[in-house]
Amino acid sequence: MIKILKNLSPYKWVVLTVVVLVFGQTIAELFLPTLMADIIDNGVIKGDIPYIWRIGGWMLVVSAIGAIAAVFASFYSAKAAMGMGRDLRQKVFKHVGQFSLQEFDEVGTASLITRTTNDITQVQQVVIMMLRMVISAPIMLVGGVIMAVSKDAQLSLVIIGAMPVLAISILLILKYGMPLFQEVQQRLDGLNLVVRENLTGIRVIRAFNRETEEKARLQGANRELADVSIKVNKVMAFLMPVMMLVMNMTVVAVIWFGGIRINNGAMQIGDLMAFIQYVMMIMFALVMASFMFVMVPRAAVSARRINEVLEMKPAFTNDGTAKADRRRGTLEFEDVSFYYPGAEEPALSNISFTAKPGEITALIGGTGSGKSTLVNLVPRFYDVKSGTIRVNGVDIREASQQEVRSKIGFVPQKSILFTGTIADNIRFGKQDANQQEMDHAASIAQATEFINQIEGGYAAEIEQGGSNLSGGQKQRLSIARALIRKPDLYIFDDSFSALDFKTDAKLRKALKNETKNATVLLVAQRVSTVVDADRIIVLEKGKVVGMGTHKELLESNEVYREIALSQLSEEEIA
Amino acid sequence: MSRMGPPHGGASMPAEKAKDFKGTFRRLVSYLKPRRKKLAAVFLVAILSTVFAIVGPKIMGMAITELFEGAYGQLQGVPGGGVDFGVIGQILAILAGLYLFSSLFSYIQQYMMSTVAQDTVYDLRQDVNKKLGKLPLMYFDGRPNGETLSRMTNDIDTIGSTLQQSLTQFITSIVTIVGILVMMLTISPLLTLIAVVSLPLSLFVIGPILKRSQKYFSSQQKNLGRLNGHVEEMYTGHQVVKAFGHEAKSNEQFDAVNEELYDAGRKAQFISGIIMPMMTLIGNLSYVLISVVGGILVTQRAISIGDIQAFITYSKQFTQPITQTANIANIIQSTVAAAERVFELLDEQEEVEEVTTSVLARAKGAVAFEDVDFGYGKDLLIENMNIDVRPGQTVAIVGPTGAGKTTLINLLMRFYELNGGRITIDGLDSREMSRHKLRQNFGMVLQDTWLFNGTIRDNIAYGKNGATEEEILAAAEAARADHFIRTLPDGYDTVLNQEVSNISQGQKQLLTIARAILADPPIMILDEATSSVDTRTEILIQQAMNRLMEGRTSFVIAHRLSTIKDADLILVMDQGKVIEQGTHQQLLDKDGFYADLYHSQFSEKVAV
Repeated sequence: MIKILKNLSPYKWVVLTVVVLVFGQTIAELFLPTLMADIIDNGVIKGDIPYIWRIGGWMLVVSAIGAIAAVFASFYSAKAAMGMGRDLRQKVFKHVGQFSLQEFDEVGTASLITRTTNDITQVQQVVIMMLRMVISAPIMLVGGVIMAVSKDAQLSLVIIGAMPVLAISILLILKYGMPLFQEVQQRLDGLNLVVRENLTGIRVIRAFNRETEEKARLQGANRELADVSIKVNKVMAFLMPVMMLVMNMTVVAVIWFGGIRINNGAMQIGDLMAFIQYVMMIMFALVMASFMFVMVPRAAVSARRINEVLEMKPAFTNDGTAKADRRRGTLEFEDVSFYYPGAEEPALSNISFTAKPGEITALIGGTGSGKSTLVNLVPRFYDVKSGTIRVNGVDIREASQQEVRSKIGFVPQKSILFTGTIADNIRFGKQDANQQEMDHAASIAQATEFINQIEGGYAAEIEQGGSNLSGGQKQRLSIARALIRKPDLYIFDDSFSALDFKTDAKLRKALKNETKNATVLLVAQRVSTVVDADRIIVLEKGKVVGMGTHKELLESNEVYREIALSQLSEEEIA
Repeated sequence: MSRMGPPHGGASMPAEKAKDFKGTFRRLVSYLKPRRKKLAAVFLVAILSTVFAIVGPKIMGMAITELFEGAYGQLQGVPGGGVDFGVIGQILAILAGLYLFSSLFSYIQQYMMSTVAQDTVYDLRQDVNKKLGKLPLMYFDGRPNGETLSRMTNDIDTIGSTLQQSLTQFITSIVTIVGILVMMLTISPLLTLIAVVSLPLSLFVIGPILKRSQKYFSSQQKNLGRLNGHVEEMYTGHQVVKAFGHEAKSNEQFDAVNEELYDAGRKAQFISGIIMPMMTLIGNLSYVLISVVGGILVTQRAISIGDIQAFITYSKQFTQPITQTANIANIIQSTVAAAERVFELLDEQEEVEEVTTSVLARAKGAVAFEDVDFGYGKDLLIENMNIDVRPGQTVAIVGPTGAGKTTLINLLMRFYELNGGRITIDGLDSREMSRHKLRQNFGMVLQDTWLFNGTIRDNIAYGKNGATEEEILAAAEAARADHFIRTLPDGYDTVLNQEVSNISQGQKQLLTIARAILADPPIMILDEATSSVDTRTEILIQQAMNRLMEGRTSFVIAHRLSTIKDADLILVMDQGKVIEQGTHQQLLDKDGFYADLYHSQFSEKVAV
């Protein structure tokens, strides 16, 4: 938490101003009861009406000063807290932007999103609360005690006695209450899970006639949640009554002991009245302070999560300067090995091959054989452990990541699209592309037909995550996006999976003309996709177990034959 | 749940409004009816607690007056002067008693209300639970699951916390306002006038501030949404952003939205932050006026000194319940809006009532479509469709992606109702038997493998009520799943996690096959698609599916040429419609869509 608060340092003068202003505001608040005591003791009792008016006027001035201070404090505290939130968000976002996929794997995308959004909002909210209330609570507390003591030191003993009672009872209630709150959250998650399963599995549940059991399961989760909610509310029900009781009893005690003091002539009645108000102020300050015990731990969790992200260093640096255009349209792997961080076994070992312009290199193999890993090494999403990868004849570590990637048209396994129009998404590959280029890319990607059918055509809006398009449509746009770059190297990471055979075949045919001067690296599940590749690399457990054409491999390679047999019948293979 | 944390500045988000406030409100109240006695008791103790708390300052004032007069008398040397501690003791004892009971009642109120609120929430959720069982598939297909989920959890939660907190707060606030007003009037009508005048003044000042703050809050919320959306997109698309070198542009967009968010947030926080000081200022204004005027009144002996003390306390307590009621009015509004969404769900049209004139035990597996018409909306997708499948035959359904192959499943399983014609099982109209009996005769293995958070054993056992251990093991064995299950650390007791990500896609499919084998239905619906499954598992799946189809009538969403060629009937679908049907040879001879599809898909391979 403290580390995060260091982000306030650009705003230290602003924060200081807030502190001064809150101090002023609190002093003003504290000053009012004393003035009122003067009105009672010197004005009312003596019947001095002009005095009452005069002090009354002062009270107005004091409260106006307090209000002005508070307004400015609000202005500056908003500025500091929101400014810090903004800076922190920017810092985290920029930092995460530098991460390689390695760091994304480590933390998890969903977690990174929460850390950049919710966690920072959480911290920001606590900072504004702190600036507004926490600063004033101790000032109010100390000031209140000082004022009370100055009114009557002996009577202040009552406050000293009451304060721990209040603080301890609040903390005690919170101690029992907070774990229950966590349990409520857990059971709410439990209910959520059951409902979600019921919604996503509705067909299966009905198909297996399991409605009754599911209903009972949901009812159980519901009952559990209700029970613990009742429990937590019963504990929290103590909070307000106990607080009020302690405060009121303190006041009663103050009147009793104050009465004795007044009777002895040690105190004036106005002072007693002021004293009662100080008691209330002090107690309120205590309540505010104890809420910090609830808020700070929650924010501290968020703060820690943010710090974790900020402290992560990208696994490798980006300091190459060479141009990647020595031998256009070639890709070389030279004895490349790769380990995922912390893994004992290599994900890829000793991979070597060379692809020339116009060639198609296909990767095939089971899940976990390292196909996707291999293609992810080329744009340097991960760094090789040993060996060299050359794009256009240049070691990818000698050129900048941007330079290498600018030569590649990458089609990932999951077709990720962005909010914006269809045109925006295709142009993502080449920002200054004209309509003609777009038409061309779309037609090769077999996307023209559906773009024309869709309302708005190229200008049709794509929702977040492309949720208004089908899987096949998304895949085609993601292909068009890579094609429009006219890159030297195409990478298709199992990018035809959502296409039916017909479209798949048409697309690959059109692609052939397009990639005459470039090299193509493609990952596939279907044997039918790789049959006409110039080079098929069969991977198993990160190792190359076969390399050659479809025909060669069918004859010589056991693994390949097994894969082919599972997909095609004997006669088709022949 | 109760709302934790310190009170906010009184500026909340603008509340969403219900379409039919009155009706929804009345219906919500009807949920409280079974607990009306308890609720009445809650209100009673809440009122008592408030009344006791309100009387407090007045009594306190009496003690102070007594003190003052005693001490003043002593000062003046009145005989028998001095404070009468007997009287003061009595007054203070009464005061302490009042406060004690006030706190006690307040506790009882909260304690009882927690049961009332949560039981109501429980009932509401149960109603939704029951309703979900009666809704047709059309409902679930027609909207995102998140929407239904949010109604069942968030919306009902909102209702719960409103019941727990705001409902009684609303009542106590009103009682407090009236009570304080009465107490102030008994002390001094003139001072009351001063205190009351501050009200319209504060409304006058706070009203516009509140409005502006709401504007900035919703702009803050909107920008936060935009920013979160951007972050989500850029992070999930990190690979693509990097591959296409879009980092700079993404940062640029982020900075722009972030700056707007900062601006809106700063304004929203600032404006909401000045509401409190403004209220305090107005409060202090009347405080000063009360001190001054009260002081003058005391010198004129119109009121006692303790009355000023009491009055000041009252006037300080006066503004709080008023801002509170304003807040609660907002909360109630959004609660009713939430309730309306829940009731909307409860009012959705239910499945067609069952007719159970025919009783089908275990079907032989003859399925026939007779003049079937069907469409999801007004447009018919299937018109006058006739097919006749004999027991044990295989029907292959083929077509490009998105051709609407699930439509046939929807009709067979009676997830959707026909527009015309009929579907018969062993010659019996499927609408004349219970859905339960009908579905007992069908098994389903789809690409979308639905497994739940539980052990592997429980997931397989899902196929049959009361399945024995032997049956489960046999099913797993037959589905070629036994081996991989035994390699897992806890075997059959391995708990599938919430996202079911601890086993692979292919393994999931094997489990669903085991589940179907255990159910042992005479008719099967299968989806052959095995994308993102590694080739070796795929072989297992294929074997398991073949095993599953043995001796059963099967409807197969076919991807394998061998399945298609061997099928007794092929249904060719495109754009939701069945456009051709027949055997492989018949369809090739027809030289239509199927022939075209067949050549484009498989010609290349044959050519090699």
